[in-house]
Amino acid sequence: MIDPGLITSTSDVIIGLAVAVPVVVVGGGVALGVRLRGRGRKRQRSTVVREEAPPGALPSPKAPPAPVGGVADVGIRAPSVEVAPAVEVAPAVEVAPAATYRGRMGKARGLLSGYLGSVRARAKIDASTWDDLEEALIRADVGVGATDALLDDLRSRVKAGEISGADGLIDALKADLVATLCTADASLAVPGSGSEQPGDDDSGNGRSVDVWLFVGVNGVGKTTTVGKVASRLSAQGTKVMLAAADTFRAAAAEQLETWASRSHADIVRGAEGGDPSSVVFDAVQRAESKGHSVVLADTAGRLHNKVNLVEELKKIRRVADRSPGQVVEVLLVLDATTGQNGLAQAKVFTEAVDVSGVVLTKLDGTAKGGIVVAIQRELGLPVKLVGLGEGVGDLVDFDAAAFVDALF
Amino acid sequence: MFDSLTDRFEGILSRLRSRGRLSPDDVDEVLREIRTALLEADVELGVVRGFTQAVRARCVGLELSQSLSPGQQVIKIVNEELTAILGGETLKISYASKPPTVVLLAGLQGSGKTTAAAKLARWFKQQGRNPLLVGADLQRPAAVEQLRVLGGQAGITVFSESTDPVAVAAAGLEEAHRLGRDVLIVDTAGRLSIDEELMDEVRHIAGAVKPDYTFLVIDAMTGQDAVSTAVAFHEALTLDGVILTKLDGDARGGAALSVKEVVGRPIAFASTGEKLDDFDQFHPGRMADRILGMGDVLSLIEQAERTFDEGVASKGAAAMIEGRFSLEDFLEQLQQVKKMGSVSGMLSMLPGVPKDLKQASSLVDDRQIGQVEAIIRSMTAAERTDPSVIDGSRRVRIANGSGTATADVNALLKQFKEMQKMMKGFGKGGMAGAMGGLGGLFGRGQNMSPKAMADLAGMAGNVDDPSAFGGPADGPDALGAGNPFAGAGAGASSQRAGKPRGGKGGKKGKGGGRVTPKVR
Repeated sequence: MIDPGLITSTSDVIIGLAVAVPVVVVGGGVALGVRLRGRGRKRQRSTVVREEAPPGALPSPKAPPAPVGGVADVGIRAPSVEVAPAVEVAPAVEVAPAATYRGRMGKARGLLSGYLGSVRARAKIDASTWDDLEEALIRADVGVGATDALLDDLRSRVKAGEISGADGLIDALKADLVATLCTADASLAVPGSGSEQPGDDDSGNGRSVDVWLFVGVNGVGKTTTVGKVASRLSAQGTKVMLAAADTFRAAAAEQLETWASRSHADIVRGAEGGDPSSVVFDAVQRAESKGHSVVLADTAGRLHNKVNLVEELKKIRRVADRSPGQVVEVLLVLDATTGQNGLAQAKVFTEAVDVSGVVLTKLDGTAKGGIVVAIQRELGLPVKLVGLGEGVGDLVDFDAAAFVDALF
Repeated sequence: MFDSLTDRFEGILSRLRSRGRLSPDDVDEVLREIRTALLEADVELGVVRGFTQAVRARCVGLELSQSLSPGQQVIKIVNEELTAILGGETLKISYASKPPTVVLLAGLQGSGKTTAAAKLARWFKQQGRNPLLVGADLQRPAAVEQLRVLGGQAGITVFSESTDPVAVAAAGLEEAHRLGRDVLIVDTAGRLSIDEELMDEVRHIAGAVKPDYTFLVIDAMTGQDAVSTAVAFHEALTLDGVILTKLDGDARGGAALSVKEVVGRPIAFASTGEKLDDFDQFHPGRMADRILGMGDVLSLIEQAERTFDEGVASKGAAAMIEGRFSLEDFLEQLQQVKKMGSVSGMLSMLPGVPKDLKQASSLVDDRQIGQVEAIIRSMTAAERTDPSVIDGSRRVRIANGSGTATADVNALLKQFKEMQKMMKGFGKGGMAGAMGGLGGLFGRGQNMSPKAMADLAGMAGNVDDPSAFGGPADGPDALGAGNPFAGAGAGASSQRAGKPRGGKGGKKGKGGGRVTPKVR
């Protein structure tokens, strides 16, 4: 298929060039510290920011009556909204959150409970006990490293006589996992609290605007999560401004707009291909002038190994932090189906924009999302929210015990 | 993508290489490491077990060959087994005798179906077909809008209406008949495999359009769950293949191995970037080589053949070897390279290219290449032939002419000088010499470790039997992958043969790391 003679001539050149060209181009650039603004994505410089929310929606949304209990945010459906696309998402079922969590996760429990069943069936702890536990953890995407560490610790405790019996072992493992997942504060920033922090008022003029950034790789559910958080905050009576800073993906802003109308939030959009930072900046300005206390910024999905895109994200964060804006949450949205790569994602995003917590989405499927154990262990990043479905109320606070139960 | 896995294997096997013989303990140690590496690469546990058992069965009691070191033998076996899992051949699309050929895409939420649909449509268009896209994702807000925008970019008509997904698909089929389209691509909503209602719905969609090809779209970052998802979709729809997306990330992509092994259907297409063009058929034979650190040289060469002007290339080669490579030649080659696609994508295909360099190259964008072009174009013919005549005032003139700063011009000239040195290395000392030159280049601007440099420079001398890496001889791809090494002339083989081994830092294909060549 390939003439060897051709290879000798062509491929030599190619290989030489493939090495040489970037060396020259990059070498020059790096030596100069060339500004790497170019994202590799083509983008228009001009950013037309306009506000799309219908004027009627602007006055503080009538917060729907909050259900009783500390879980006011969950299960609320926005009252019928005027702007509705042709076909809407099926209404969320109103279920108490705990039941929802366990119920949804329960669907996926079948597989793993099998391992633990066989572990429990053996009264004594033997080699296959450990194999079964290892298998359960690995199949839940906890990862080899975290699994080994957890099991090694348990092994030494079994040896020391602290743990006896299969049931005791499983309980100890669960307790360890829960403890691992609870080491960091998983509470979300309280809207408006940022401005009350001492020292932040140095700049003087009054209230700051809380900015929540939502970051992550492509297709994890950032836009949907922003929409759900907006509904949640609106339901609590917080005035929310959405910033459609995903200016890259086609129709991302339209998608967020649908969520804005569902959740009675205002939205600032940029031109497709526009500068995302300016969208966030504009959203903060508008939020301030309208007296909104929170800006939720949706960002474009980006693979964490794309340097330029990560740089862009850093810039978004810097801009968002400019007074009156104040970044109070940077939430890494992570798909529960994600495997070991999730750890790499968490590392890079944390380094780049100082992630404050994880939102684990799509946990209503068969995937267990065990990678968050490794993320919590290695980076100390808490899971703050969990997505359990497509409905507006299907985003709930993370419950470590329920999560661990569902792992097995 | 698979590069991290490559690293692991290389780490393990380089230790093996240094030993004379392979004891059973060695085998076990290697297998443990391979197991860990595969698990960390998100290969499904059951598949990992099968894989390690197959490798063990072949390694233990293996008669040591005279010509290969034990390490090489293990690599060969692992390579063959990997290729066996991934499947030997690229899926051939055969078109329905009675058009349209219907393609149905299904998958979990966020796996990239909509983008893949548009990319696939564009691919068919490039094959000379006339596709119609059907947006049957009425679930996610603005999904159809997204498809319309992408379809618009690709120049492909998108059909959708706001009825229900099954009706839209059926109407889309009629529309394809009416418009005389020969390929119909149906994008569906993301759904969980345990959502019986939605799985029923997609079954009905399939019933309505009777797809010739049903592809599961799966994210390369997927973990252990890839298998249960694939199995569930296979049971519901009878898949014909898989489209693997987001392969340009640094996920190790073990899902590809798992799905292929468990469902027994090939990875048909791979999506390797954000542009509509970053999409092509999946070449399994090459992928196994890539896992083993051989890089994707064949793809690169194929791509080059398609886009490189042979005359210009061989002229450049001659100039390079004779050490009279001028800025004029450089400019010509730069344009050739530009035709081939992204520089970083190209680099990521090459084995043995240091990681630092790959990372650095991800910083290259078209604008920077444009800047370099502008600077060279602002030079006179004499300056291009002999840059040493460029003095201070000429630099200012060139900078003004190209809209850059003098510092940019200086940097380019300096780099070019280094490159010339490197080129001479190519001509004389083969790869080792050239890499030595590279080392010089990186000594300053970049922080590349001396060790990495030493590794690189040592590479050329490190090869005993390049044919061991030719890959298994099943299927044209695998054969082809061997060719560049086996078939090249003697003079050239000293340059290339050194590469498959090196790759100490060869990981993380940055940017548009493309697996397969772009089709134009």
